[in-house]
Amino acid sequence: MKILVSAKRVSDPNAKLAIAKDGKWIEGDVEYILNHFCENAIECALQIAEANDGTETVAVGIGDDETARFIRQGALARGIDRGILVSAEEETIDSDLIARIYQGIVHREKPDIVLLGKQAIDGDSNQVGQLLAEYLGWPQATFASKVEVSGGKAIVTREVDGGLETLEVTLPAVITADLRLNEPRFASLAGIMKAKKKPFDELEIDDLDLEDTATKVQVVGLTTPSGRKAGVMVKDVEELVQKLRSEARAI
Amino acid sequence: MSKVLILAEHDKGALKKVTLNTLAFARQYVAKFGGSYDFAVLGHNVGAVATALQGFGAGAIHVADHADLAHPIASAWGKVLADLAKSIGADVVVGPASTTGKDVLPRTAVRLSAGMASDIIGMTDTGAFSRPMWAGNLTGNVKISTANKVISVRASAFDAAEATGGSSPIQPFASDAGLATARVKFVSFDGVQSTRPDLAEAAVVVAGGRGLKDRFGAITEPLADVLGAAIGASRAAVDDGFAPNDYQIGQTGKVVAPQLYFAIAISGAVQHLAGMKNSKVIVAINKNADEPIFKVADYGLVADAFVAVPELTAQIKALRG
Repeated sequence: MKILVSAKRVSDPNAKLAIAKDGKWIEGDVEYILNHFCENAIECALQIAEANDGTETVAVGIGDDETARFIRQGALARGIDRGILVSAEEETIDSDLIARIYQGIVHREKPDIVLLGKQAIDGDSNQVGQLLAEYLGWPQATFASKVEVSGGKAIVTREVDGGLETLEVTLPAVITADLRLNEPRFASLAGIMKAKKKPFDELEIDDLDLEDTATKVQVVGLTTPSGRKAGVMVKDVEELVQKLRSEARAI
Repeated sequence: MSKVLILAEHDKGALKKVTLNTLAFARQYVAKFGGSYDFAVLGHNVGAVATALQGFGAGAIHVADHADLAHPIASAWGKVLADLAKSIGADVVVGPASTTGKDVLPRTAVRLSAGMASDIIGMTDTGAFSRPMWAGNLTGNVKISTANKVISVRASAFDAAEATGGSSPIQPFASDAGLATARVKFVSFDGVQSTRPDLAEAAVVVAGGRGLKDRFGAITEPLADVLGAAIGASRAAVDDGFAPNDYQIGQTGKVVAPQLYFAIAISGAVQHLAGMKNSKVIVAINKNADEPIFKVADYGLVADAFVAVPELTAQIKALRG
């Protein structure tokens, strides 16, 4: 079995973000982290590989040279077998083109499972897994909190509005990871050393023979939403109830 | 002139309010750019949903009723929704950014060669759509450059549309051909049993954090009961198993904007604020005065939630007789 897994670098939404002069992206001392949901996808791939002898795992990142470091340290050092970096400018690609890049890699690698984070915590679009599944004509199981693979099928429990849904998908399939899927492991020192020697391919978008490399959605401007001001501190429950009643008229 | 197709969200035949928030977006879109809107109802035995959509000014209510559509399997729903859009000449397909909308709409976008914008909170006069990015720390204006467009709508950003009277023709849409369900099987649904209002629809939300530990229910439920509120939770509380996943509010969970929001023992991490900071009135109760939740709260109380919340519950109860 072969599993393709995503390793996306994101700018940390907890850090201070500055809008670039052209207003279209962020700039300055941006702090980057590996997308949390990709960490869950990587952990899931490793667990499936550990339970199924002969499984190969391949991490894919799309971005600049810096992204390579996140593929190596975030995925290969944890135990993923190989890395692939596709060079692209993050600012100018959209979810649809990312899905088509993954489609190109799927055609080259022919995996049984593509495991992606359910969303990137910078763009927050939550689209790539679903778009990829449709481009490939594969079934999908998004927002996974439990994945069991056996006999060419995956039984996936999904976190959906109202509760938990369980689907059975026949492989090959796309699965996207939610946070409660697992607790991602830390890379060991030995893992970090080994990661340096693991196979690593660097590709250009042109290498993937995509029919079309145009984007469909463009960011034309970023703004800072008007913030919320801190209100008042109350001294006790009685004052809170009184303010909620007479001032806010909320109860 | 646009023709907008709105994916109706329902729960076993009962229309969900997020459909009307989505309709509010569609009405704004049509008012700005011209055109009309239709509804798409997908599922099995969903006649009641179509009936509930009468009086909302749609050009038509299209109903794809088939056993294979009983569960919202993305490959099947995505295909049928795209087929319907093509057959009626819709160039804009919208749905709520619920877990169903998020799961289904991108597949429809691929089938329509459409660009998709997620989680839309507004639009500009030049046709760009506004959406929260980086956990809502920035707002992006995005342009969809394809002729067809697919949009998921953040329900809490639009007030539910009102009925305007009149009737819309109900038109069956034959959808049994080539359903893409062959390689997906629905196994089970483990639903959260609750008599409380839906989190996305509630006027009052009582949300608890990890600090409530195994007394999460004991603290939040009585207060929610006296207020007729829905219960929510921080991600940490859900991660640690004190609350079900359906309760999670935040960047990657549910986004709510009720009239009144109680954040109890919640620190106010960026990813949590992303899901509740547009609430009208925010009350924070936390024993640590330095927590960031106090920076967004209208009323802050530094207190032990285990003492303050039962007292608050009792006082509100006494007020209401």
